[in-house]
Amino acid sequence: MTSTDPVVSVRDLRKHYGSLIALDGVSFDIERGETFALLGPNGAGKSTTIEILEGYRDRSGGEASVLGVDPGKGGLDWKARLGIVLQSTGESGNVTVREQLTHFAGFYPHSRDVDEVIAAVGLEEKQKTLIRKLSGGQQRRVDVALGIIGRPELLFLDEPTTGFDPEARRHFWTLIESLKAHGTTILLTTHYLDEAAHLGDRAGVIAGGRLIDIGRINEIGGHLSRTPIVRWRSGGVLREERTEEPGRLVAALMRDGGEPEGLQIIRPSLEDIYLQLVAAHSPTAITESERAL
Amino acid sequence: MTTTTDIPRLPAGRTVRLGISRIGYEVKTYFRQADGVFFTFLFPLVMLTIFSVAFSERPFGPAGELSAAAFYLPAMLAAGLLLSGLQNMAIDIAVEKSDGTLKRFAGTPLPVVSYFIGKIGQVFVTGLLQAGLLLLVARFAFQVDLPTQPEKWFTFAWVFVLGVTTSAVLGIALSGVPRSGKSATAVIIPIALVLQFISGVYIGFSQLPEWLQNFASVFPLKWMAQGMREVFLPDSFEMVEQGESWNLPGVAIATALWLVLGLIACRLTFRWIRKDT
Repeated sequence: MTSTDPVVSVRDLRKHYGSLIALDGVSFDIERGETFALLGPNGAGKSTTIEILEGYRDRSGGEASVLGVDPGKGGLDWKARLGIVLQSTGESGNVTVREQLTHFAGFYPHSRDVDEVIAAVGLEEKQKTLIRKLSGGQQRRVDVALGIIGRPELLFLDEPTTGFDPEARRHFWTLIESLKAHGTTILLTTHYLDEAAHLGDRAGVIAGGRLIDIGRINEIGGHLSRTPIVRWRSGGVLREERTEEPGRLVAALMRDGGEPEGLQIIRPSLEDIYLQLVAAHSPTAITESERAL
Repeated sequence: MTTTTDIPRLPAGRTVRLGISRIGYEVKTYFRQADGVFFTFLFPLVMLTIFSVAFSERPFGPAGELSAAAFYLPAMLAAGLLLSGLQNMAIDIAVEKSDGTLKRFAGTPLPVVSYFIGKIGQVFVTGLLQAGLLLLVARFAFQVDLPTQPEKWFTFAWVFVLGVTTSAVLGIALSGVPRSGKSATAVIIPIALVLQFISGVYIGFSQLPEWLQNFASVFPLKWMAQGMREVFLPDSFEMVEQGESWNLPGVAIATALWLVLGLIACRLTFRWIRKDT
């Protein structure tokens, strides 16, 4: 593969468990150095997708390439170039943070410096503590540390900050930004839309095993869903209008009737856009549109 | 489509280097787990002490020349082989399967063979320490006379190495049987316990009915215990053995056969993770 080929390339990816269809034709690319956020409700197919790309699951159909290799057939050479932070772990943890990182560093040909990694995840104070004695959030940071110790070209982060307090989450974002600055390609799944907005370059939204939208973080959902909303009350009735020029609308309201009651100008956040997207593709929405047909 | 040829190859010899690094890691974590240390490492020592004290007034052997400690020492050494190998491995790996340890390894460039070297090395190191401790306590706490002939110690060495390896490999093969880490002890300990009772560990083998002796001869523990008896019991005990012989070639063949069976089972059944479950 050359440096311009996508790091991850997925075409018409399908996965079924018996009669249950988990993935129904998903396609996307992730370019080198890009952070791609995969969003979607629980059970939508995010983890199935990421686990197929990590080599943990076999696909039922379609094509997938990760670092130029079919992830279903990736060998140890291939694994040495990946970093994987799984969704949940529950190991007995009878080793210290430093022992664990030193041990795992030995698996990789070009591992990062253990001290640097411990500092990057903010566990200097806890480096001689047994992992099982750490708090949940601290254990999660060990998971992240193990994911990056091998200096991966591609890092999978499956809900990495679940259980973090806000400060730890900010700290984690700084860490990911520095990895991005060093050219690491990242595939992120998260339930925190602010996290996806902060870290992601592009996002894909999965619902019901299909990719319902994909695009740059500041473009996803389309133009209309990003149009600011002006909301106010008029004679006790809630009024709402979408406009590209909310200032002009508010000025007009002022001119006509003075100070509007309960005035709000809302610029839809990624979370608002995401919720709209997912609601539009929920099973009930589909049956309604089918009925309309 | 691109090929994989331009992916940098990992350096050769890392499987063994990582295997050795795994041994250190495994032994360290083994001794940090209190229940493992008690039920596999110290258990034979506790049983030897109980038997020696409980039956201290009772003579053992055809001529009644043996103390309880001397009679039970080879049996407890054989029990140690089974516990440190089979029981320890089967439970340990079943737990690692269900708690995510193996899933994490599956996502790293750690070779499966290095993992096995680590496990078997851990069994070897802990089994050796356990046998050493048993011999020391038998000799100095219960005044058991240990053999002085070099050929006896040579037999001990090969029975130990073959036995502990076979036991470890069978443990790895059995680790796929429990459905979860939580049920692992409940599934494995009864298997190990029954095997010990019918193989001459807690009950003298010659006291068992012939059909049960024949049945136990199918399994490797009976042979390991027999090999240990040859080393540590007086020659006068040979006539109560099956066929009135220590049958060391039989010990070697039966144990080696189980080793091969165990290796085949591991090769066929062991996976880091089960895909699609």
